[in-house]
Parts: sequence; C-alpha cells; structure tokens
Amino acid sequence: MAGKRKRDDGHSADQAAGNGLLDRRLFLRSSLFAGVSGAGLAPLAAQAEPLTNPKWTLEPGAPFNGYGKPSRFEDKNVRNYTPPANPATFGIGTARTPHHLLDGMITPNSLHFERSHGGVPDIDPAQHKLAIHGLVKRPLVFTVEALSRYPMTSRISFIECGGNSGGLSAAQATPNNVQGLHGLLSCAEWTGVKLSTLLDEAGIDPSAKWILAEGADSASVSRSIPLAKALDDCIVCLYQNGERIRPENGYPIRLLVPGYSGNMNIKWLRRIKLVNAPVMTKDETSKYTILLPTGKAWKFVFPLEVKSMITKPSPGINLQGKGIYEISGLAWSGNGRITKVEVSADGGQSWTPALLQDPVLSKAVTRFRLPWNWSGAPAVLQSRATDETGMVQPSRAQIIAERGLRGAYHFNAIASWKVDDKGELTNVFA
Amino acid sequence: MSLLKSATFSFALVVSLSHLAMAVDSPNLGQPVSEADLAAWDISIGPDGKGLPAGQGTIAQGEVVYAAKCQACHGEKGAGRPNDALVGGFDTLAGDKPAVKTVGSYWPYPTTFFDYVRRAMPWNEPKSLTNDEVYAVAAYVFSLNGLIKPDAVMNAQTLPQVQMPNRDGFVTFPRTAKID
Repeated sequence: MAGKRKRDDGHSADQAAGNGLLDRRLFLRSSLFAGVSGAGLAPLAAQAEPLTNPKWTLEPGAPFNGYGKPSRFEDKNVRNYTPPANPATFGIGTARTPHHLLDGMITPNSLHFERSHGGVPDIDPAQHKLAIHGLVKRPLVFTVEALSRYPMTSRISFIECGGNSGGLSAAQATPNNVQGLHGLLSCAEWTGVKLSTLLDEAGIDPSAKWILAEGADSASVSRSIPLAKALDDCIVCLYQNGERIRPENGYPIRLLVPGYSGNMNIKWLRRIKLVNAPVMTKDETSKYTILLPTGKAWKFVFPLEVKSMITKPSPGINLQGKGIYEISGLAWSGNGRITKVEVSADGGQSWTPALLQDPVLSKAVTRFRLPWNWSGAPAVLQSRATDETGMVQPSRAQIIAERGLRGAYHFNAIASWKVDDKGELTNVFA
Repeated sequence: MSLLKSATFSFALVVSLSHLAMAVDSPNLGQPVSEADLAAWDISIGPDGKGLPAGQGTIAQGEVVYAAKCQACHGEKGAGRPNDALVGGFDTLAGDKPAVKTVGSYWPYPTTFFDYVRRAMPWNEPKSLTNDEVYAVAAYVFSLNGLIKPDAVMNAQTLPQVQMPNRDGFVTFPRTAKID
C-alpha cells in the first residue's frame, strides 16, 4: 500500500495515496522528510533574524499562585456556545470543545464539552448524597465523604453527546469548523468507585434487570441503563483529570458509562434505583431516539459507534503554502479499541493508514497522525476509522441510506474538509 | 500441582466470600435508609404507572395551570415556540420530511409526561407543581392531542391507561453489544 512511486517531477517519494499522502512510517525514521522534499537537509524557510533577548528573559517573572491559568495569549482557546433560543430557559444547551486548538488525547477540564438541561447546580458536597434503592436487599445512602474512602479506579474515557456531529445530517454543508461540528466530544481520565462495588453492598435482588440513574440538577435528568452494563464497567466518578469533577460536568459525582451515549453519563448523580424494566424517561423516548424513514424509531441507542475526525488541518487552521504538513485527528468507538484509521486527500478515492499514537485504549479517543506533502492544489481530506469489532466508520451516504436525514443522533459519518488552492479549509459533503 | 490447587481454592473462597458476605474489600459505608425516607427522591414513574401519587385533575383545571405555568414557553394550546411543541404532528413520522415529534405524535407512554413534568417543569420552578396540577396539565395536553374524552379525569388509575398513538413506534437499536 505504501510502495514508493516515481513522481512526475522525477523525485522518488514515499507517496502512500493520492494527492500527496505519505507513508505513516516516515514519522519513525530519522531522515524524516529528506527524501520527500527532494532537497536533502536544505531548509525551505528564509534566513532567520539574529537572536536577541526579549524582556521576559531580562526581568523576574510573576510570583506563585494557587490555581494555574492558561497563558494570556491563549484567550481564543475556549469552548463556544450559542445564546439560548429562549432566554428564559438559559440553561438548556451546549458548550463545545475547541479540538482545532488542542492536541494529544486528553481534554483539559476547562474545555471539556458541556450539555446541560437545567443549568449547572451549585452543589455543596457536604450536603450531597447518593441513594441506591429499589430492587436491593438494603437501600443505602452514601455521602461524598464516604465515597471518597472507597477503593478507586481510573479510566481514560471519551464522553460524546448523542447529538454530536448532527450538523452532518443537514441537507447542505454549513460553514462550520471542527468545534462547531464535532465539539460535543471530549476525553478525560475519570476516577471513582466501581458502581458494582456499591451495588454489591446494597445487595442486588435477582429480579433487577436495569438501573435508573438520576441527577440532582433542576431537570433531574434520568436514564435507564441495563444492569449488565452497570456491573460491567460503570464508575461513580469523583475526579476528572486528577481534580474533583468540574461543576458543569457533574460535581461532586458523575456516573461514567463508558462508550454509551453521553446523556446516560448522569451528572450530579444522586440516585440509582434498581428496577426490572426501563423507566422510559423523557430522554429515552422523546429525545435520543432515532426516527427512521419507516416511521419507527430506534430506542436504546447506547454505544457510540466507530468514528473519527481530522482536527488539523481544519477550518480556521489553514495551510500556509505548499509543503509538508501533519494531518492529525481523533478516532474513537464506544464498542472498544480503534484498530485502524485511514486518511484520504482525494475525497475517498484512495486511502492510506495513519499512525495510531499510543496509548490506544478501549472507549477512549486515539490520536492519529499522517504526513502530507501538499502540492498547493485543491484537495478533500477525510478520515475513516475501524474498531476492534471490525466495524468501519460509514460514509454519509451509507448512514442516510440506513436512516435518512432525520436521525441526527449518533451521526458517525465520515466528515470532509475541502482544501482550496489558497490553503483554506471548509466543511463539505463529499 | 497441589500448590496450584490450593491457590485456586483460596481464590474461589475469596470470591464467594465477597459475594455472599458483602464486599470484603469495601469499607461498607452506605447508611441504611428506608424506602419511606427515600420517598421525596423516588419520583420516577415507569409505563406501568407504579408509584403514581394520589391526586387528580381535569382538562379545565389543566387549562388554567397551562396558561399560568406553561404557555409562555410552549405556546398557546401547546403549539410550541419558543420551546417544544406539545401538540399535533400526527402522520409526520414516516417519510423524509421533517417530523413533528410531540407528546401526541411521538411519546409512547403517558407516564413519561407525568414523570417529566413533575421533575423538571416549569423550567424556572421545577418540582413546584402539586400532584393535582401535574395530573390536570396532563389531562389538558392529552386532550389537546385528542387522546382523552372531554369529561376525563387523570389520576393514578386513569393516566397509565391513556392510549398513545405511537405506543408501538419504537424498536430496540439492533447493534447494542450484549454484556454478560
């Protein structure tokens, strides 16, 4: 797949697919791009100015502070959110992660996406409690302090809103960037108590088949989750990337339901009721169900299926002249590990595998990278992920064939960035 | 070989202890609580209606509650705007035109309406309606959708019996992995 080809201009290059995509293994070589540029080690950039000492090298810096902040020069690296359609219901909406300005696999806590239905509650952890009841031998109440004494476990996991990438289900491509289209996905290290530990302590009645998980926010968001999933890998989380969970992400307790629809990862968790059948709450009937052209709708759409996106280059992170660039992005699957990410620069006519950066973890995002020699001509960049179950990320046309354009939830289609001859990128349907 | 057997036996013992005598590796700090003392939080209502509280409401009573508490966001007679429409949309689910998914056209269970309104509405004053008011506003919205007779009264017995047109409109997502 990555065989050397003789290029028209006479240079031997590690071209791996059309429109200048290079072999991912170039990143592993010490002579990186020497052969690609055809110019050996000769620099491509103009001569640098003579170096001088800037003022921050000539005077003492700032003293210490208690809680760090980003550099003042990073003020554009923020979540975005649109004003509520109805100002009276201001706490219904989303704030999106700026993936075009991030790299690596972990989303900083200040930039983790938020989806809320009733605003962010101001919860005093000394007064917050978690009740476990219903079909159990012993109904129990846990304080946050008590939970803090339990054996902890950590897991790096993505959370993705069921409505993420819904923009790809629009009839026409909208002028959106990666944040606007795919910003309802984030990935963090979550730490807490295995839900199975707490359920065992309460004593599970054999007739229990589901749990209802409910938040302490004003909307009391509630979802039914199969008991088997609750016992498999759910975590009652107290920490997000090492510190206590941020208020907008569930302080002081959030339920992590790895790989399942974001709305099921109940924030501000205050109650778990064991039941023998799903409760059929608002968010598992009227919302987060996928209406099909037949008029029937899918319910219990739990796993977020295999998906990927290119974060760099992307709209707003444009190309500055022809030459070598890194194409980079994220891939994830609610069904397990990512096994392959392929990249195309010619709108899907030819593909080549990207380098998957360690660690590659189940139900976490995987960072992929691929070198690209941009010729300066128009191109269409796409990424296509495969997970360990063998599922391949579908094209937009395949999704539409299955469910039409009205099922915007869990829209995991291949996305496309068009590159024009000026190096500017836009969202297109290709 | 005997070492292996002994190790296997010990492991089995630990596992069975942890499951029979509660989690031995857990601090066991859960405080016992009675279901009665949990009542203020136990507000979820499943399709069987189990747990619906005492109380009742008529369509006329619901119209008054709706005008005062709901209409500003959900429009006159549930027509919607600025927030979700609650009425109509019948015969919009099949096909490829935009669907109007309302309580009448889309919601499969009447109990979901009681559960959701009691816990989350009105948005600025959730959990402020009395049970009578929730039953009444349910009666009004069901009536606007033509789901109940003009003299119907909603209570713990009658509300779960309301026949929702889209009751059988949902199928389980075919690709959820089994976890056993």
